[in-house]
Amino acid sequence: MSAVAFTGTSVMDVDAAKVRGAGSNVHFDKVSVAYGAHVVLHPLSLDIAPGEILAMIGPSGSGKTTALRAVAGFVRPASGRIRIGATDVTDLPPYERGLGMVVQNYALFPHMRVEDNVAFGLRAQGADKALVTERVKDALGTVGMSAYARRYPRELSGGQQQRVAIARALAVRPRVLLLDEPLSALDAQIRRNMVEEIARLHRSLPGLTILYVTHDQTEALTLADKIAIMRDGRVCSHGPTTELYRRPPNRFTAEFLGRANLLPVTIVEGVGSKGFATARHGDKMLTGAGRDEKTGAKSLLCIRPQHLSLTADSEHTNRIVGTLREVHWQGELTHLMLDVDGTPVRISATRLPMALPEPGATVPLFFTPADTSLVPEDAGV
Amino acid sequence: MPPAALLALLFFYPLALIARQAFLDDSGVANFAEVIHVLHSRFFLNALVNTVSISVAATAGCLVVGLVLALILAFVPFPGSGFIAQLIDTFIALPTFLVTLAFTFLYGSAGMLNTGLMEAFSLPLPPVDFLYSAWGVVLAEVTVYTPFILRPLLAAFSLVDRGQIEAASVLGARPFRIVRQVILPAAIPALIAGGSLCLLLTVNEFGIVLFIGAKGVITLPLLIYGKAIQESAYQVACIIAVVNIALSLGLFSLYRIAAGRLGS
Repeated sequence: MSAVAFTGTSVMDVDAAKVRGAGSNVHFDKVSVAYGAHVVLHPLSLDIAPGEILAMIGPSGSGKTTALRAVAGFVRPASGRIRIGATDVTDLPPYERGLGMVVQNYALFPHMRVEDNVAFGLRAQGADKALVTERVKDALGTVGMSAYARRYPRELSGGQQQRVAIARALAVRPRVLLLDEPLSALDAQIRRNMVEEIARLHRSLPGLTILYVTHDQTEALTLADKIAIMRDGRVCSHGPTTELYRRPPNRFTAEFLGRANLLPVTIVEGVGSKGFATARHGDKMLTGAGRDEKTGAKSLLCIRPQHLSLTADSEHTNRIVGTLREVHWQGELTHLMLDVDGTPVRISATRLPMALPEPGATVPLFFTPADTSLVPEDAGV
Repeated sequence: MPPAALLALLFFYPLALIARQAFLDDSGVANFAEVIHVLHSRFFLNALVNTVSISVAATAGCLVVGLVLALILAFVPFPGSGFIAQLIDTFIALPTFLVTLAFTFLYGSAGMLNTGLMEAFSLPLPPVDFLYSAWGVVLAEVTVYTPFILRPLLAAFSLVDRGQIEAASVLGARPFRIVRQVILPAAIPALIAGGSLCLLLTVNEFGIVLFIGAKGVITLPLLIYGKAIQESAYQVACIIAVVNIALSLGLFSLYRIAAGRLGS
């Protein structure tokens, strides 16, 4: 039922213009959270611009959910202030912060019909009956759930329940929408569809500021304008999504945000005027995009698996040699696992030569300098 | 079959003997005149009204106190709240009249409260005199039977998704609205089950009423005791007992239905 419900969902755009929240910026000013002596969030300073989607990603226990709960008002910072728009909300209870929130397990009220779930926040805020009716209709229309208004949550699929949860959060026209692993409870196919639905929703609600917490890098890459990568209670990198992916500032970011091949290199010639440095890997001289690498410095050359090729062309001026170990066919993609001077290297390709070499064969690999990024080996993470 | 026969012998046979004694005379002939006479008697009607009013008042008190305590213990945790929840449980294990005995030390004519007030305000007579009345019985029953409400409520509250409470709060709901619209609907089966059990137990309560000995407060169990033991009026006692049993079975059916819903 759910798979059908998600196809052809142009309904997501219907009436969306009416459900516009007045997006506000969120400002973390040295916010830290501790449970007793255990610090779970080290002083965090971060801004989310109005209308921006910031994805906080990181492994379990990295502090991302704690940061979100501090914005929601469920966790009291040990130090620092949180501002939403011009309001310092640090000392405000959750019900006075003007937020919307969607969590992993939907948290719909099981004894209420869909329409009453969506109306809950409006009624709690004392909206009059006509406004409640109008907003519920708009919010359900926005997420394509108008036909399910009279149903109970138990009569809906997981994906449909999550849409209702989003409608419930949007109905109050929140200043900021908090999404805490909202798709984690859904199966893979529905999750992929829901990511696209949320992206479409945000395009139709460009003013809505969203803080999106997830451990799924695909969701973050698809949805976020900016990403903050958390580790051990700290932000280890923060920036525009494409920039962070293409030019990871440290090893953890390179490996956490997408797959990365990291070849150990020594800088032979520092970054020139075009932004490239020359580096040595074994007996091979390679060119990579750098920042301010100095001659003689140890570094890692980051190459994404899809940027490695088995065939040479005029742009693929970098060449290394590896030994093919395994081939994994996954339908849309084929993954080749190789060994390059002791470093495991992966190639992901949609199209490969008809006759692949046998495992154990030595194969040349080519890549473009512009598709690489030099990552400091000792970036402090 | 043997377990069923044993059950019949131990449980249903004594009940059948009571019913026989209530509706048949010594020669084994049905005699409903005495039944009608007893059911219309002033002492029976008084006892019935006392039984129902005290049990309803006590159950209402248990529901209110149990709900407030359960909300605090489940949603406003404080150091030692787990220990207190366990401590309240121990009341279930105690004989009911022990609480009454403790109440006489606290609120009786020579109890701590009255002695303290008399000394503090130089009063000639004990000022607090509710214990030896229907209110004293109600208070004692509330104290004894509140755990029977508390236990299923705590179980129901433990199943309430904290995410729902947080979502409601973020959406703008204040604590009272959250209790009313999010938490209580989840607890209704527990309230009905606990309330039915309380009603059942308070209808049949004997020890507390006897121990307090409140003047003019005669309930059905106390009336059965008086008729059978003190007046040797066994048929009258059995007629009242049949009414008491019918009342209990009705309440027990309500409890089972509610408990079934709670379990499902």
